[in-house]
Amino acid sequence: MNHWIIAPVVLPALMAPFIVLAARYHIGIQRAFSVAGVLAMIGIALGLAFQVSDGSILLYQMGDWAAPFGIVLVADRLSTLMVLLTVVLALFVLLYAIGSGWDERGRHFHALFQFQLMGLMGAFLTGDLFNLFVFFEVLLIASYGLMIHAGGNARIRAGVQYVLFNLIGSTLFLFALGSIYAETGTLNMADLANRVAQIGPEATVGIRVASVLLLLVFAIKAAVVPLHFWLPSSYAEAPAPVAALFAIMTKVGGYAIIRVYTLIFPTDLAVTSGLHDLWLLPAALVSLAIGMVGVLAAQRLDRLVAFSVIGSMGMVLVAVALFTPAGIAAALYYVVHSTLAGAVLFLISDLVRTGRGNLDLTPQPPIAGTSLTAAFFFIGAIAMAGLPPLSGFLGKLLLLDAAYGTDLVIWIWAVVLISSLISLAGFARAGSVLFWKSHSIPTPESDEPLPQPAALSYVAVGGLISVLVANTVFAGPIHSYTTTIAAQLFAPAPYIAKVLDTPGKLSPPKENN
Amino acid sequence: MELLVASAIGIMTAGGIYLVLRLRTFPVILGMSLLTYAVNVFLFTSGRLTVGAPPILRDGVTVYTDALPQALVLTAIVISFGMTAVVVMMGLGAFLGSDDDHVDDQPETDAEDGS
Repeated sequence: MNHWIIAPVVLPALMAPFIVLAARYHIGIQRAFSVAGVLAMIGIALGLAFQVSDGSILLYQMGDWAAPFGIVLVADRLSTLMVLLTVVLALFVLLYAIGSGWDERGRHFHALFQFQLMGLMGAFLTGDLFNLFVFFEVLLIASYGLMIHAGGNARIRAGVQYVLFNLIGSTLFLFALGSIYAETGTLNMADLANRVAQIGPEATVGIRVASVLLLLVFAIKAAVVPLHFWLPSSYAEAPAPVAALFAIMTKVGGYAIIRVYTLIFPTDLAVTSGLHDLWLLPAALVSLAIGMVGVLAAQRLDRLVAFSVIGSMGMVLVAVALFTPAGIAAALYYVVHSTLAGAVLFLISDLVRTGRGNLDLTPQPPIAGTSLTAAFFFIGAIAMAGLPPLSGFLGKLLLLDAAYGTDLVIWIWAVVLISSLISLAGFARAGSVLFWKSHSIPTPESDEPLPQPAALSYVAVGGLISVLVANTVFAGPIHSYTTTIAAQLFAPAPYIAKVLDTPGKLSPPKENN
Repeated sequence: MELLVASAIGIMTAGGIYLVLRLRTFPVILGMSLLTYAVNVFLFTSGRLTVGAPPILRDGVTVYTDALPQALVLTAIVISFGMTAVVVMMGLGAFLGSDDDHVDDQPETDAEDGS
């Protein structure tokens, strides 16, 4: 048995209490251990991704209990890709938090950050639905603390909304799990895939309800319209590095939809027919449109970025909702892109705030460090709006190509292309107001100049942008890799066989005899 | 017994949803508590209702109760209890900070925040 699979969960789980207990008064030691932990996790994630890149599936049985009885962690191509994306994002976000001094403005930033990573890693790696709920809670509990890091009335008010909305989501998740367990008697994903397929057409009421409830829960996490209302306020009010890390949190919802609705409730299943094309696809198209219109309508830069995250998540889910291998491959390529682009824009909005004092989209005197910040904003906006030459354009092209030939091709092409134009106008307006109009306004003599952002902040943003550029330059290999991921997802038999047929304690009697 | 438990879950859920929709911190937190009670009982019944049956395999026993939902409920109770404590503290902080216990965005305070 390969013990490395659990390392991304265990390492932050040990690092966080160490930071709280041993280093709580020494910000330098906290920073060193936090960065070292994330670097080690990047190494582990690279190792795992390399091990599964040949299509093998790694299994970890906790306590050596065999699959339907014990909890398993499963690493396949999809989960290791998400793990790798998360830790790379986490490294640059952490560098930014250290460079900008955000981690000193409240207590226990690094410990909560590590717990957040633990929850994210577990959610990507688990092979059990109830365990997925538990890891969702771990990442949410850490995110509640990070969300209100550094305090302030507006932030705590937004935090209360965020916590309450997610508590309702968790309750819904439990209702879904209860109905699934009542219908099938198992919560292991591979076991569920077998048992759901055996349910006859006459007894589908319970499992239909459960699958819709589960989709609702993941849609809340992925901020699909009309379940997106928690996102703009909480992401705009959260500290910038936290908001940048949260760019991966909506993708957890997307990941869960991909995993559960290819493995347990695939499209050809009669029980849940219509769920994907009749419900998820229109909702995704509407969230794409609303997100991009929100970009144009936003009065403040942080809200603009939050709406662009909703829009790009809509784009991901349009591609997911096609539920074809080409669609999933395009969605995964776009997931990598939109996570990085969203994080870059959140960090840039903090650079603007540092040099300007506020984020209102009104003409104001030039900010400290305008030229570099403006250049970064230009690159981030091009990426998010999906213009050539960056990866947003390629991702959109892959999506349009995947949608070609489906029944709803006219709708998908129209919404994607028109909303791209709207978001382009929104970003162009924001950029020109923030960086160009300011030069026509004289700087008041009396005001003290606001501080220049620290060099490490620029290094962190530049690092994220370079990953984004790498995602563009190596688009060919990455897309062929996401195509192999999609192929693996649409042939779940090896996954199910690996999980259920690996012997352990309490294996079925045929293995023992 | 099934009717009693099912209607209890239904009434608690309905009451919880009504209170959550009141959009003031105190009723919303009460509503969340009711919802979590409802979901805990719901999880408990997802293993079917049996009375006086052992959960562990034994000789000469044919009717068992399912032990797994009880473990699931325990996890759910711990998480929801902790989360209720967190949200009470944060709600109190938000109320003391801004002297307003609405949980939704108020239009006039939004304009003030944006200035």
